[in-house]
Amino acid sequence: MNALLLPLIVACPLLAAGVLFLSAGRMPPLPSCVIGAGSVGLSALMAAVLAIGFLRTPPPTGALHATLWSWMQVEGFSARIAFMLDPLSLVMMLIVTGVGFLILLYACGYMHDDPDIARFFGCMTLFVAAMLVLVFSSDLLSLYIGWEGVGICSYLLISFWHADTANVTAARKAFIVTRIGDAAMLCGLLLLATRAGTLDVASVLQTVTARPADLQAAIAAFLLLGGAVAKSAQVPLQTWLPDAMAGPTPVSALIHAATMVTAGVYLIARLHPLFASLPVAMTAVALIGLITLLLAAGSALVQTDIKRILAYSTMSQIGYMFLALGTGAWQAAIFHLVTHAFFKALLFMAAGAIILRVHHRQDIYQMGGLAHAMPGVFAAFLAGSAALAGLPLLTAGFYSKEMILQGAWHADPMLWAGALLGAFATAIYIFRCVFIVFFGPRHTEPHGRTGATMAIPLVCLAVLALTGGWMGMPDAIAPVHLLSHLLSPLFGASMPEGPHWLLWAGSLVPLAGIGVAWMLWQPRTRTRTPPENALARVARAGWDFDTLYDVLIVRPFTTLGQLNQSDICDRLSDATAATARAGGRMLGRMQSGQVRRYAGWIAAGTVVALCLGVRP
Amino acid sequence: MSAASPTHALLLATLLFAVGMLGVLARRNLLLMLMSIEIMLNAAALAFIAAGARWHAAQGQVMFLMILSLAAAEAAVGLAIILRLHSAGRPTLDADTGNRLKG
Amino acid sequence: MIALPALVLLPATGGLAAWLSDRGPEARHRPWWVAITTIVLQTLLLLSVTCAADWGHGPWLAHFSAPWIPALGIAARMDMDGLSLVLLWLTTILSFPCVILSARDVGERPGLFHLLLLATIAGIDGVFLATDLFLFFFFWELMLVPMYVLILQWGHEDRRRAAIKFFLFTQGSGLLMLVAILGLVILHQHATGIVTFDYFALADTPLMPTAAMVLMLGFFAAFAVKLPVVPLHVWLPDTHTQAPTAGSVLLAGILLKTGGYGLIRFVVLLFPDAASRFTPVALALGAAGILYGAWLSLAQDDIKRLIAYSSVSHLGFVLLGVFSGSPMGMRGAVVQMVAHGLSTGALFIIAGSLQDRLHTRDMRRMGGLWQALPHLSSVGLFFAIASLGLPGMGNFVGEFLVLLATWRISPPIAALGAAGLVLSAVYSLTMVGRAFFGPPHAGQGTDHAPPADFGARHMTVLGLTMALLLVLGTYPQPVLNLSLPATPLAMPEMEAPQP
Repeated sequence: MNALLLPLIVACPLLAAGVLFLSAGRMPPLPSCVIGAGSVGLSALMAAVLAIGFLRTPPPTGALHATLWSWMQVEGFSARIAFMLDPLSLVMMLIVTGVGFLILLYACGYMHDDPDIARFFGCMTLFVAAMLVLVFSSDLLSLYIGWEGVGICSYLLISFWHADTANVTAARKAFIVTRIGDAAMLCGLLLLATRAGTLDVASVLQTVTARPADLQAAIAAFLLLGGAVAKSAQVPLQTWLPDAMAGPTPVSALIHAATMVTAGVYLIARLHPLFASLPVAMTAVALIGLITLLLAAGSALVQTDIKRILAYSTMSQIGYMFLALGTGAWQAAIFHLVTHAFFKALLFMAAGAIILRVHHRQDIYQMGGLAHAMPGVFAAFLAGSAALAGLPLLTAGFYSKEMILQGAWHADPMLWAGALLGAFATAIYIFRCVFIVFFGPRHTEPHGRTGATMAIPLVCLAVLALTGGWMGMPDAIAPVHLLSHLLSPLFGASMPEGPHWLLWAGSLVPLAGIGVAWMLWQPRTRTRTPPENALARVARAGWDFDTLYDVLIVRPFTTLGQLNQSDICDRLSDATAATARAGGRMLGRMQSGQVRRYAGWIAAGTVVALCLGVRP
Repeated sequence: MSAASPTHALLLATLLFAVGMLGVLARRNLLLMLMSIEIMLNAAALAFIAAGARWHAAQGQVMFLMILSLAAAEAAVGLAIILRLHSAGRPTLDADTGNRLKG
Repeated sequence: MIALPALVLLPATGGLAAWLSDRGPEARHRPWWVAITTIVLQTLLLLSVTCAADWGHGPWLAHFSAPWIPALGIAARMDMDGLSLVLLWLTTILSFPCVILSARDVGERPGLFHLLLLATIAGIDGVFLATDLFLFFFFWELMLVPMYVLILQWGHEDRRRAAIKFFLFTQGSGLLMLVAILGLVILHQHATGIVTFDYFALADTPLMPTAAMVLMLGFFAAFAVKLPVVPLHVWLPDTHTQAPTAGSVLLAGILLKTGGYGLIRFVVLLFPDAASRFTPVALALGAAGILYGAWLSLAQDDIKRLIAYSSVSHLGFVLLGVFSGSPMGMRGAVVQMVAHGLSTGALFIIAGSLQDRLHTRDMRRMGGLWQALPHLSSVGLFFAIASLGLPGMGNFVGEFLVLLATWRISPPIAALGAAGLVLSAVYSLTMVGRAFFGPPHAGQGTDHAPPADFGARHMTVLGLTMALLLVLGTYPQPVLNLSLPATPLAMPEMEAPQP
């Protein structure tokens, strides 16, 4: 019974997507919303039932399996479409369906006036289905269906308003950059499949970890890491995420904050025995995470577009998750994934509510003083910001970040110091945004009201962003370890906790950050425009990775392509044809029609023939 | 009188042939080219006669008669073509303008 | 089984009937109806062949043999295995969009047009069935000539050049194959004293390694031009661009597959040792084709040229798979051929429809078509996504199996192939972005009424194609099971078993 629910949870949004696409845009807004949000809501309901059943009577093997059908079966390789529910996918399932449902509900209000709303909900539900395939798959190849599926949905949704070339370019960039990672990941899959003859997660891990880690395993791990890095927008393939903000805000909330971008974290967590057996891969993961979290936080400090601030913040927070993965704190990574999904979706949706009411402006310097005009949205945004900054005791972000800091401390105090610096910057940049947007003089007069379909998800997520962290507390506060207990069959026991002063440091640093933000951007002293200097410009452009790639890769490639547009091989064949034609013309000139020249040729020919004949 | 040796006869034939060929190649007058061809034919015929005399075979003279008739036919056809050209309003006998013939 | 020659004769007869029906004043659509009847009958015939096939008695499913020129050992011999069956189905399925969607509106001399179209299909069916090398060569030429006339007569602005190029390349390489066939026959005669063109007999010919290599290269040249393999692909972009839409679909969808089929049946299986020695070169050519085709596809402004170069890229995977030397790669190559036939055939229909509506193929003069043509654009988007190899669609299954088989023998080549997947995303999405997305182009729709969107006829046929691609992508097992070619050493019985 339970295993049967697994495919149903996926089928629900998939079916909805099919219906919405087949309506070919003729579906009116209300049915579109009902089908779109309703199907995901139904999935969320089934997921809740399934989760309760799973928690009450855990299956003896620790996971539910549902093998749907055999996908490919050839000599030396087989792949199945197979789903599995274990604690990790349980957590992901609840996030995807639960947060997904709230965001779709919000989207009903947000996208209400858009003529293409059916297409929007079609893509969104397809995305949810693909994401569920990703988290449920017990076979890496069927995981890859979901992996690429969410990528293409992300493309379709970023370019949703496709009349604007900038959106289309951003969408293409997002897909191509992640596709680079996907190709690396595919190579990793090929390597693993060659080795194990199957891509079933359990068999692959068994095969790989049966022997001591060797070069092949390391290569496979790094190739898979490439896929994870691109999907999760980590250095050096992070450049697509800020541009992806061109999509509608619910898309940013669902795909580019709560779910898809965390797929890389999920992948590494899913394959953690492979990574755990390779210290070098673990170090790489941790370093990538640390570098990303610091660089992205630095960029977020100087952005002026509210969605880009959140985008860089997302990168930075996923950097935390990678750091946790790299230090072996698997539970911490998943914990942060969960709380991040809550507060970042909340922040995006609150930002969307603001954007909708200030005439689609996104520049924070044009907002200002909105706290009085929209107190509800302000409260929601504040809750999200507090959770993101990790205000102690009160918020979800505090607990998950604390767990990551503990893990980093155990691995290497330097990593801990870097993560703490990141936390400091996080508090500064998000409260910079809060102070500039909500305090001080008003530069744009807001209009309208935030409707109920948008308000209800905000309230739900605000509550979750504040209380969602209570499922995993440090022993010093209260010995609650719900999530760690749930995940421990998979990841093993969590790490012991460090000294108490770590907790103090982790609590005080965000407060200090808020203080610094208040000093710099309080309404009385701040300027109307952001500071301009070389460092700020480079940081605002995401440390100029874009320019670098453009000069090094994109431009040479396209320029050479343009030069060779008419295909050098074709020119060669044309040259052959031209030679033949010239030769023919030359021989044709011998046919002059002049009798005497013919006679001459005959005579010469005869002489040559005679000479040849007589010579011996 | 002593019969001319076959070598001499062949030398004469070669000479005649060369003269004829030079005529064909160098002259542009169709009439003179025809005559040069006649000379070449006669050179070949002379070679046959000499060979026939050398080996006392009749085939040499048979071939000579054959060439004679061929030459007559050739002259007739050639002259007829020239006359036809002339009557079609062609004022010249220049062979090099022959490639401009039309229709 | 008499049905095998019927598979070839039926389209030919139907074509003649279509030609004859084109008489009289109000015969405008009569040839079209005749052609449709023909392909429906063909489908039924193929269905009966499939059902009546000799399942479970070895890899060969059906046989036919009749004496033709006994003095030279030439027989009209046809045998069908799973590979032939898959490709026959592909041909039959693709002839529907060809005829239903693009052949209806042909302006002048529709009778002749349908005759040539069906004659090409007959030739292709013959190629997939013939197991007598002389008969094979006969069909090989049969499918070439009508296609040449089709391009020459109904093509676009630069059709003469394209048609002659197509003819020269395929004919020239076909002659190399003829020489190789004759060489093989003569060597076989020297060895055994029997003159025969029979595929199964010739497969047993004892050959010196050098002779085998030379003969194999003769065959390879013909198929490499057809597939096409870089750098012999240069006829393809011109031909595809200039051919009428039905011709492009037929060319990309099926004609190129005869190259892949030939490589499997007459190169790898006929000269296994020489082929395995040739593998490194073939793999390098395959990888070069994938990357070079994708790279050039990216640089094109002409939408049909873009799709044509993408074919070069996709068929590089077929070359990799065929020469990977494992059944897995072979199966992957066949799936890739089928999926490419469906997706690229559909893309050519879309490009052709765009040209009919906008009177240009230049993407610099397109843009924002989604507003005016939402159905056409969404279908185009779907097939572009299929063509970039999204998992869940047929192309991915083929590419994955081919890459997996290649990875076993050469990881770097497989990695290059995977890099080709990135480029395929680039060109597919560039095409979508330039043609369908973006702001509407300034010149569109101002001088005349907005172009008509796809109607029910197009949406039905293309919708079925989409469904087939999805089924192939999610449940490819039937094709995978069928697609392993039967080796010539598994000699079929001469007598057709009576059902």
